[in-house]
Amino acid sequence: MSEIADKVKKIVVEHLGVDESKVTPDASFIDDLGADSLDTVELVMAFEEAFSVEIPEDAAEKITTVKDAIDYIEKQKAA
Amino acid sequence: MFRLDGKVALVTGASGGIGREIARALHAQGATVVLSGTRQAVLEEVAADIGAQGGAERLHVCPADLSDAAAADALVASAEEKAGAPLAILVNNAGLTRDTLAIRMKDDDWNRVLDVDLAAPFRLCRAVLKGMLRRRAGRIINIASVVGVTGNAGQANYAAAKAGMIGMGKSLAQEAGARGVTVNTIAPGFIQTAMTDVLPDAQKEKLVGAIPLGRMGQPGDIAPAVVYLASDEAGWVTGATLHVNGGMAMP
Repeated sequence: MSEIADKVKKIVVEHLGVDESKVTPDASFIDDLGADSLDTVELVMAFEEAFSVEIPEDAAEKITTVKDAIDYIEKQKAA
Repeated sequence: MFRLDGKVALVTGASGGIGREIARALHAQGATVVLSGTRQAVLEEVAADIGAQGGAERLHVCPADLSDAAAADALVASAEEKAGAPLAILVNNAGLTRDTLAIRMKDDDWNRVLDVDLAAPFRLCRAVLKGMLRRRAGRIINIASVVGVTGNAGQANYAAAKAGMIGMGKSLAQEAGARGVTVNTIAPGFIQTAMTDVLPDAQKEKLVGAIPLGRMGQPGDIAPAVVYLASDEAGWVTGATLHVNGGMAMP
């Protein structure tokens, strides 16, 4: 697993207070990890801070799973 | 009841009549209070006056010009740095007026009042909410005005800003409720301060005639309402507008 994926996972575990084993790539923040809409906004803000990237509103809306977050950040970092 | 020991509060407009009494009351309940305003010297006088009875170490002064967006954005962080702890209570009390009939109102009169009385409180709410949501606790108290509900000739800008503040507060209350953060509004009536001293005597007499309790409000009439809404005991009150106006309007 990439460094970015590890860090994303850690942030998700920390913010949502869920068990690490539940944070699989396909896990949906809302459906599988019990996040509410405010949690998802806070997660995006935490990603922005941790990775020094800016995630615009329309992109943030599409980040619904752990994999979505990892892919988006990896793409931003590669660019 | 209503003790605020160990809590840090930021009060904007703390050099004004209502603001200094809010700061004094929060401090008397045990809170650490950061006083903000544009005039550093006046803020320091107010802090010295409040601290004269003891607890001076729980008072901090943090000047900011809220007409400057960047200064408003930075105020929460600098207040927390001064106090050495995160804010538990934000009181958006700062405000200004540029009264004139609408047909004579310049864009600048409109914009300045909306900037300081509505945009700046929003900026402060936004900044403070980040931490409050994470900590699952917080109290935001916005000081609006009765004219935000009733309107007032000559105050289209001020009334619009204050009505906006009420709507903003209700929205934030819905966003933050799930995290135990409350957002409430206090709508003072006509209070004897520098802001109302400029009204002509005839208008003041007419105003008092329309107040069932038969007098203008004093600056200290608002502070107890702030203490209540800031307290743990008010934990089930959010999105409310508390009218403190001597009965002048009963919406």
